[in-house]
Amino acid sequence: MSQPEGKGGGGGLRVKFVPDEEVLKHIADDPGIKVRKDKTQPTVSVKTFVKKLENISDDEAQEILEENKYVAALGICAQDSMGNGSSVSGGEVYSFQTPKRSSKMAELASELAQTPGQSVAPDHSECPEKTAKTPQSSSNYMFLMHVFSSLLQSKKKEFVSTTPYRLRKRLAAPDPYLESESEYSASCSEEEDEEDQKEVSTVLSGRKTPAKTMTASTPPPRNTLAKKNKENKMSNLVEEYFEAHSSSKVLTSDRTLQKLRKRRLDQQTLHDLLKKAPLAYAAEIKELNQQHESLFSKWMLQLHLGFNIVLYGLGSKRDLLEKFRTSVLQDSVHLVVNGYFPSITVRSILNSITEEVLDHIGTFRSPLDQLEFIIKRFKEDSSLELYVLIHNLDSQMLRGERSQQILAQLSSLPSIYLIASIDHINAPLMWDQAKLSLYNWLWYETTTFSPYVEETSYENSLLVQQSGSLALSSLTHVLRSLTLNARGIFRLLAQYQLENKDNTSYPGLSFQDFYQQCREAFLVNSDLTLRAQLTEFRDHKLIRTKRGADGVEYLLIPVDDSTLTDFLEKEDEDV
Amino acid sequence: GCFVFKPSPKKRRVSQKTVNHFGERKDDSEDTELRYVTCQSLWNEVKLETEQIQEDLNKQLFDNLVSFLRRSHSEFQEKTTEWTCQMKSREIPTAALVLGVNVTDHDLTFRSLSEVLQNNITPYIALLEAKDCPGIKNLMQKLMGQLMNCYIDVDSLEDEDYVQVSQNRIRCSMSSLINWYESVTKKTDCETPRKKRTTSSRHWQSPPVVVIFKDMESFTTKVLQDFIVISSQHIREFPLVLIFGIATSPMIIHSLLPHSVSSLLCIELFQSLSSKEHLSTIIDKLLLTARFPFKLGEKVLQVLINIFLYHDFSVQNFIKGFQLCIVEHFYSQPLSILCCQLVDAKKRVNSLSHNQCENIRRLPSFRRYVESQASDKQIALLTADSYLKEIIQKLLEDLHVYHENYVLVLRCLHVFTSSLPKYPLGKQIRELHCACLENQVWETEEYESSLQLARMLNKPDLVTMLQQCVEIFVSSSGKEFDMTVEKLKEFLTQFQKLEDAFQERDVSVSSQKELQKKTDLYHLQKTLLELKESRRSKKLTKFEMLRFEVVDYIDSLVRNYLVPADHKTLHEIVYFNTASVLREHLNAAPRIALHTALNNPYWYLKNQALKSDGGSISNKAPDICIVYKLHLECGRLINLVDWLEAFSTVVMAVEGPNADAASSDQVDDVIHARFIRAVSELELLGFIKPSKQKTDHVARLTWGGC
Repeated sequence: MSQPEGKGGGGGLRVKFVPDEEVLKHIADDPGIKVRKDKTQPTVSVKTFVKKLENISDDEAQEILEENKYVAALGICAQDSMGNGSSVSGGEVYSFQTPKRSSKMAELASELAQTPGQSVAPDHSECPEKTAKTPQSSSNYMFLMHVFSSLLQSKKKEFVSTTPYRLRKRLAAPDPYLESESEYSASCSEEEDEEDQKEVSTVLSGRKTPAKTMTASTPPPRNTLAKKNKENKMSNLVEEYFEAHSSSKVLTSDRTLQKLRKRRLDQQTLHDLLKKAPLAYAAEIKELNQQHESLFSKWMLQLHLGFNIVLYGLGSKRDLLEKFRTSVLQDSVHLVVNGYFPSITVRSILNSITEEVLDHIGTFRSPLDQLEFIIKRFKEDSSLELYVLIHNLDSQMLRGERSQQILAQLSSLPSIYLIASIDHINAPLMWDQAKLSLYNWLWYETTTFSPYVEETSYENSLLVQQSGSLALSSLTHVLRSLTLNARGIFRLLAQYQLENKDNTSYPGLSFQDFYQQCREAFLVNSDLTLRAQLTEFRDHKLIRTKRGADGVEYLLIPVDDSTLTDFLEKEDEDV
Repeated sequence: GCFVFKPSPKKRRVSQKTVNHFGERKDDSEDTELRYVTCQSLWNEVKLETEQIQEDLNKQLFDNLVSFLRRSHSEFQEKTTEWTCQMKSREIPTAALVLGVNVTDHDLTFRSLSEVLQNNITPYIALLEAKDCPGIKNLMQKLMGQLMNCYIDVDSLEDEDYVQVSQNRIRCSMSSLINWYESVTKKTDCETPRKKRTTSSRHWQSPPVVVIFKDMESFTTKVLQDFIVISSQHIREFPLVLIFGIATSPMIIHSLLPHSVSSLLCIELFQSLSSKEHLSTIIDKLLLTARFPFKLGEKVLQVLINIFLYHDFSVQNFIKGFQLCIVEHFYSQPLSILCCQLVDAKKRVNSLSHNQCENIRRLPSFRRYVESQASDKQIALLTADSYLKEIIQKLLEDLHVYHENYVLVLRCLHVFTSSLPKYPLGKQIRELHCACLENQVWETEEYESSLQLARMLNKPDLVTMLQQCVEIFVSSSGKEFDMTVEKLKEFLTQFQKLEDAFQERDVSVSSQKELQKKTDLYHLQKTLLELKESRRSKKLTKFEMLRFEVVDYIDSLVRNYLVPADHKTLHEIVYFNTASVLREHLNAAPRIALHTALNNPYWYLKNQALKSDGGSISNKAPDICIVYKLHLECGRLINLVDWLEAFSTVVMAVEGPNADAASSDQVDDVIHARFIRAVSELELLGFIKPSKQKTDHVARLTWGGC
């Protein structure tokens, strides 16, 4: 047991000896209290911990055996019951969260990997949870019950475990208590070295295996067992929900991408790599798209009859709308709004209507005034017609209440035809009754399965390194418009910043020092000219000034170092 | 992010015609123009009708409001200076207009209200909405803008120079508002001699200023309070009347405003018609009439009613759904050109093309009809277009007659069923209508039980019902029901006769009672028992016989006339039945679609490799499906490394089982890229978001799964 202590990376983890009686008391405790205990004071009884470790090592041995069984079972896997997709009940989609083990994902992955082409019936360790999760739809429940029982029967496996108390608990109240415990072990399993990592994906969880190995012992009445299970589940559902959400701490493994020795890809390489991967099911996707394209004339008709059209469904609808635009809207005035663009605002939409469609020069005090102006113009001139295409009406920038209100009012004009797409699962929540009636939507399901290439390219994804190409291009653009001296000043600052890039507490270049340097380089002749120059930089957001503790002004370029290096290199090339 | 595309000016001249979009599908481009015109004219007619209905229904409410407004500032009119009056006039007259939760319908109500007020009471009306008035300043600005604009509207003929005064330059305050009001009223005062017929005939000398708060609940309390307090200070110079539009209950006024403020208001409550009644009227006037040739099928009507009852209570949305039905019907059914008034339809039948004749022959209901004919007629129907057209005319007429009769008998049946206890066939006529459309109503249990109940009705009820039925049948123009009316009247006279006989017997009963008074309890019991015995053995009374007869007669009417529409030949022409389309477009479930696509891609991509059963998916599914499926196995936080590895395990297994251990050590770059794409797509869809709780973790935003 010194192992976890030795590694000691797990923050507040402490392992101490606990006498047997206390362990017993610990176990027999009310599950709810137990969980809280677990969370507040991370104390693990030595005994259970050891037991768990044993289990894990057992698993590895069992693993090969398991695999063989899966392969054998493949042939007899029946696949006649096709799920009726469209009539999925709400209970299935909006189910409660159940506590999960951390290794579940790996488990499922290995399952999926091991059954090429075929589908696997859900393994029976998660069946009871499933049944409980969808209590709303009885038919669904019946189906799962069926799977559950048939699975048990066909595999001739019993729910008997080497660790009796555990099983008891699991069957009686399955089981935030147990889950938390096992997750806990997963998260404190700091001993897992990088070499071991692969194992997680193949090792099946500790509980499943003992159940499977004990194949031939006394068979309890399975169906009644399951039924009881389910009843218990029902009563515990509410408590479980709150238990799952009461804890502030979530237990997952601590591995990071850095340990994987995986460099972060930037946007461009990602794009290139994806080009190499062929688009799966291209033929089917094309067929889907053709189906949608046959609706174009209908859309036009309905737009003209005063409805507006909103498209939903999985897959990028950008290409579809683009096709719609090029094939139908060529001869009419239309406005395309890329909602996924990170700097889009309602104001820019309104501006492009007033300035470019209505040819109005002048500014407005508020978007509401602008809207009023547009409404007035469109009402006055009945010959004005405008098609508005909005990709991702539900994007971050447009989903606000006020933006939606304005767009809804725009769309309610009889001569503005709006066709938009939404992707976010909660997008319909943007609209209340009043807005819905203004929008006057007709919903069209256009599932395309095409990748969201454009839409996600602006996303601040965790996995994608921000290349800063945007920042770089803006840097060069701005500087190109400045005088030679100004560029030199900026260069000085950039170089100085790069020299200090390893210094984490680098506050920036103080104004006085900077002035001195600039003078020496014959770039300025008074601090006034330098100040004027800096103001210009600041206006373009090229530099940032902040006052240090001693009241001295420090100058910083708010761009990351790699971009800055790129910039300097580019400058050198130009000169 | 915004791009405007303008076609070159010469191209722009090519005006887009809506007709062109109507039937661009290749297979049935028959008579598109005619169909479009028919569709539009039908819709316009329906629209006019609904507006008319709305107006009629609101009339009572508006009359009450107008009289309230007339009363409210009578003191101000008479310029009385009594002390009591002055005290009282600190209070602002306020009408609380309870409109119900169907917010979407309110707009129309307010529009017609302001129209009515404009015509009858005052030109000075301001409609305020909460979204325009986040602060008192915006409110005043909006208010003044509307009031002064409307002033310009009224008097723009007289003085042009006033228009030039920009509202922005006037300081937005109550005093400037009062100044404006004084100047306006003074102007009209001195102008009245000249312009008497234009303005003063409709309005008084100093008309009240009406401010309507469309959605009182959404206003900030602060703004409302401030406005009320300020304007109550000036109520003597400025005859203000407030109208609150309330969606919930009148109690909201008191919960929004503290007592000190609400005491400044003199509130009178007005209740608008409930939207359910409105809907009943609409259904009555649009569907249960032979006036409009277009009909809704049972499923479709059910969908529309369900949306109304379970989602919004909005009559506007119901009408919108009705419009969509019309459009869909005319768009998808080439034979819908015959869905017009009978006279036109007959004419159009004659000019049907051969293709259209074939279309008719393909109708299932017509096929049934052909099969029921003699063999020589069958051949004629299937080969000779001219004979076919003749028959179609006849059938269309039958259909029309059927509709006329159907409505009458339905109303008649409704008279009976709507008064039965527990309403086995529904309380509303629309429920009865749905039941009759669905299948043969006389075969249902509910109908059976309602007949049972009808056989137990008492006489006065029965008589009034019969009278109502007679009225319904008499009101119809057709000759069809002359016999029925005769029969019903005969029933009535028989009841009358019974009544006479009954009165005689009544006397005897009362005499019997007197006898009983003298007997003791034991005797009474005995006589009662005897009475009971005799009743059991007794045959049915005359009344009961007659009652049975009446019920049987009604039953025969029902069996004759309330045949479900889809048993009728050519019903496809006038009935719109594809409820799924309606549900899909009006009441969509985006989340379900997403769920299906992610869990069962085979539903969309018909590739055998994706075929799977029940709860799980194939490992050849698109990346996003696999990633989604894996993330369902996690709790609130997901470790990206675990996720990536799980994903690569799955993907590698698909690509080749011989993927050796050496290469699996480092996850393939392409797989990594695919994973990144899938994860960012999930982020876009809103299933996960980046989390700062732990490095390289994302947080799940949905519950459950599997």
